Amino acid sequence: MEKVSLIIDDQKVEVEKGTSVLEAAKEVGIDVPYLCYHPDLTLHGACRVCVVEDLESNSLVASCVTPVTEGMKVSTTSMKARRARRRNVVLLLANHPNDCLGCDRNGSCELQDITHSLGIAREDVEEIAGQVREVPRDEVGPALKRDPNKCILCGRCVRVCEEVQGVSALQFSNRGFDSIVTTAFDLPQSEINCANCGQCATVCPVGAITEISEIKNVWNALEDDNIHVVAQAAPSIQATIGEEFGYEPGTVVTGKLVAALRKLGFDSVFSTEFTADLTILEEGSEFLKRITENKNLPHITSCCPGWVKYAEHNYPDLLNHLSSAKSPQQMFSALSKTYYAEKTNIDSEKIYTVSIMPCTAKKFEKEREEINASKSKDTDAVLTTRELARMIKEVGIQFKNLKDEDYDELMGKHTGAGTIFGTTGGVAEAAVRTVKEKVTGEELERLNLGFKGVNSAEVQIGDRVVKVAIANGLRNAEKLLDEVRANKSEYDFIEVMACPHGCVGGGGQPLPISEEKKVLRGQGLANTDEKSVVRKSHENPMIKKLYDDYLKEPNSELSHQLLHTTFKERAKN
Amino acid sequence: MKDSIYRSHILICTGTGCVSSGSKKIKHELQDELADKNLLDEIKIVETGCHGFCEKGPILVIYPEGVFYCQVKQEDVTEIVDEHLLKGRVVERLLFKEPSTEKSIPSYTDIDFYKKQHRIALSNCGKINPESIEEYIANNGYEAAGKALTEMTPEEIIEEVKSSGLRGRGGGGFPTGLKWQFASDSESDKKYVICNADEGDPGAFMDRSILEGDPHKIIEGMIIAGYAIGADEGYVYVRAEYPLAIERLKKAINDAEELGLLGTDIFGSGFNFELHIKKGAGAFVCGEETALMASIEGRRGMPNPRPPYPATKGLWGKPTNINNVETLANIPYIINEGSEMFSSIGTKNSKGTKVFALTGKIKNTGLVEVPMGTTLREVVFDIGGGLTEDKKYKAIQTGGPSGGCIPEDYLDLPIDYDSLIEVGAMMGSGGMVVMDESTCMVDVARFFLTFTQSESCGKCTPCREGTKRMLEILNRICEGEGKQGDIELLEELGEHIKETSLCGLGQTAPNPVLSTIQYFRNEYEAHIYDKKCPAGSCQELASAYKINFDTCVACGQCVKVCPVDAISKGDGKYYIIDEAVCISCGACEKKCPVDAISQG
Repeated sequence: MEKVSLIIDDQKVEVEKGTSVLEAAKEVGIDVPYLCYHPDLTLHGACRVCVVEDLESNSLVASCVTPVTEGMKVSTTSMKARRARRRNVVLLLANHPNDCLGCDRNGSCELQDITHSLGIAREDVEEIAGQVREVPRDEVGPALKRDPNKCILCGRCVRVCEEVQGVSALQFSNRGFDSIVTTAFDLPQSEINCANCGQCATVCPVGAITEISEIKNVWNALEDDNIHVVAQAAPSIQATIGEEFGYEPGTVVTGKLVAALRKLGFDSVFSTEFTADLTILEEGSEFLKRITENKNLPHITSCCPGWVKYAEHNYPDLLNHLSSAKSPQQMFSALSKTYYAEKTNIDSEKIYTVSIMPCTAKKFEKEREEINASKSKDTDAVLTTRELARMIKEVGIQFKNLKDEDYDELMGKHTGAGTIFGTTGGVAEAAVRTVKEKVTGEELERLNLGFKGVNSAEVQIGDRVVKVAIANGLRNAEKLLDEVRANKSEYDFIEVMACPHGCVGGGGQPLPISEEKKVLRGQGLANTDEKSVVRKSHENPMIKKLYDDYLKEPNSELSHQLLHTTFKERAKN
Repeated sequence: MKDSIYRSHILICTGTGCVSSGSKKIKHELQDELADKNLLDEIKIVETGCHGFCEKGPILVIYPEGVFYCQVKQEDVTEIVDEHLLKGRVVERLLFKEPSTEKSIPSYTDIDFYKKQHRIALSNCGKINPESIEEYIANNGYEAAGKALTEMTPEEIIEEVKSSGLRGRGGGGFPTGLKWQFASDSESDKKYVICNADEGDPGAFMDRSILEGDPHKIIEGMIIAGYAIGADEGYVYVRAEYPLAIERLKKAINDAEELGLLGTDIFGSGFNFELHIKKGAGAFVCGEETALMASIEGRRGMPNPRPPYPATKGLWGKPTNINNVETLANIPYIINEGSEMFSSIGTKNSKGTKVFALTGKIKNTGLVEVPMGTTLREVVFDIGGGLTEDKKYKAIQTGGPSGGCIPEDYLDLPIDYDSLIEVGAMMGSGGMVVMDESTCMVDVARFFLTFTQSESCGKCTPCREGTKRMLEILNRICEGEGKQGDIELLEELGEHIKETSLCGLGQTAPNPVLSTIQYFRNEYEAHIYDKKCPAGSCQELASAYKINFDTCVACGQCVKVCPVDAISKGDGKYYIIDEAVCISCGACEKKCPVDAISQG
């Protein structure tokens, strides 16, 4: 690769040709502030906050979109550059509500950080204050809410939705000062093709897109002595929530997470990894049956609610390929109000189920009409990792000082297979692990399919070679699905996760999020799996008990009633 | 079909301007009249494109004499036929009267408006039937394409265009030959040529006139450009508000295809070229190259950062060359007549001619094509005939919403790309608005900024937010709410927006404000500190009207027209205006039959 050398702030820098000035500066430890730039997205060049001065022409250039050229001399700190940067931030602030104290992103807002570091004062904004944008908010939900008045039109959400997810639920609309980011025809989120994945919320630099919070409902339930509150924490949470309390990304803090949940007042604290194991048994049996009958192949996973809704909008013709097994969250909630109620002799109507999820789409999933198996709603509330962290901080729990505790046993016991559900490739690996051993009695060597947008592997199971593929990020899934639609897919089993890197990169995870962090979080889960004593779902003793005592066998009549579901076609718009 | 030799040709303008003033009806009337008098075998009616003198439309020119009739009405048709065509007597009353001398001028070429013009881009406009490919060919049409494709190499063509000194006529003024060179140098299996016909400057209509009046010239220019850079496909991006231009272009493309001038193996050269029309929805920003390409691709018309430049990564990621309509209209001339001939016209760094849309407080308005280097004075006073009502010249605004206002001191400025930029204006696409002393310069700046703010695509911060704040300041100044420091804030914001905006729209949007502050700062100060609008046009600053009791005949007509009920009957035989209520709209003054009302 050709090298280019240039001078940034009097430092000589040598970088690859095609590198932007912003990236080149970063390589020598100079952080140029920015708002619209995002390393995972295409270049946009809109906020003009990253302007630097080209000392040859004395002109200002946006460093994120300016490629380095040989001999270039750049100042990121000249008076001219700093003034211009400040002016652009002030211009944004003059059209941004002065509502930091009440904002979900207070403390994790990029605009707030830049305002603070540039030392912008109230008078600076007042000098040019005038009309501010006043358009209706979209708070219909069920997963996300949008406040276009906070939006600074950086376009990250538009780009992530189009480029990474291939959904394009959001676009720029109107012109000039009236420009906004909105949905087609300004329809509420509930009425469009949005997958509820929440990737937009993870890239939004301000509080314009956030999850619909259910914290209040959960506090109310915890406060009520007549209600028995059951918590389930998704597999990825243990590897991500630590970031909210100062741990390095990827640090697994399972024991402290359990302890914190108990301190918050949950009556029992379980893990969704338990029903992840259960999913493997149900879905594994389903897959085996399909393979034997050579029917509805490839078999496609359905544990990711973002992916499921996307499929309902875009691939309704392929819905028969989806596993009918419910997601671990919904299996868990269904069992909480049936099996658990029976075992503990608690009236199921008094049980309130709360799931801690890395995900905003889970908030939508719990509202699906056909999802409930118990008399009431199976899942009562879904908290994102961020929401749970907020609750822990609210009551002043010193997370780092907590003593490690274990999950309650009945539905907390889990295997390494359940753990890796939280990262891309995990479901496929866990499923093949069990299927292979059940069919052949042989153990599966590691597949390690994650860390790539699309990946595949071949597994010898008996006399048959089973071809497995995974995709994370819906744009990546599109490629595999188009092959299925065209009858050209060579795969038997496809795992799809809506979010890049799977649940560790979910829309409800701690912010700010980055590619590097997602990798570390995934590694954290993989390490936990490797260290687990029991690593195969079918060897989970509590799962055995569940079948022995209650369900009888995978895909039994009762399993079907409680643990399986249906899908429906949705409009493509 | 009968081959006839006609003794007379009546050229009737059917450009958009003349059509809206009734030229189609006149044509039908003529047709009937000639049929009635059995003259259809002797006299031919030809529909032409625009003559540029739209204000005097409908225009009718009768050849072989070349008599120029203007503002013709349906009822004049019989007289024209009886007098001119049968008896050979010119209809005096329909001739153009020179505003300076009041003399009637029978011949087209003797009119001052046309005398100083030098028509290259507009050469066929008003002369040939734009819907007839045969007429275009008869006027040397497609000769340049033939020469280019069969006798010249792409490199030779690019050299020729380079040495002609032709620069982009859409506003930027980038050397066309160099642009072609860049696109030619990019290696790719596929390249595109785009004609930018997204004419968006308020008041500018030269591109429309060329497309309506001489569409084949653009097709020919594009064929040559395509051959030069190695593109086999082209798009004309034209605003949907130009239905006639689109219709004629469509027909021209079909006709050219039928004759093998578009399609495969053109002139047996092995060169293939196909051409499409893409209609734009009329967003000003789509004139910007990257936004234009986004729009063709079916995306929102929003500019993208450059590099990559269109010449390396353009339409659908392929090398693309984009030229404005007027630029392309110069290409056949350069190939036919040679670069030396072309570069003998104009100034050192601005060669050839430029078409301007001359409007405002001026006697002759319309499209004029003059050699680069013509002075503003010549355009305003010789071609334009001076200001209406012989009022005092105040400024000329050039370059549309991205341009600036040039005061009297610079009337002898030779018009070219560089000199206009030096005085804080720009060539732009060639809008020229003449202003007299009744024009408020703060209001002019506000007008243009209102346009650019609402046409900003909203992508980058300085353009979207910054122009809005500038507009708010201008609004308050015009409303008498200006504060100390406002002028300085406007200057600071203006420079900031110019320096940090993403595309040409934002980078030039503050120009009207900055140039009016530069030359007419005293007017801004008068608004802010004296709360007065020297031109008397800002209503909030205008003083209330008063009724002269001695003259008032108490007819009560003023009461009826006052929109705010500020007028009531006094105790005597007259009316009075309540100054606190009066909004100085001037309706009463206009209505008063005895001139008793004036601004106090």
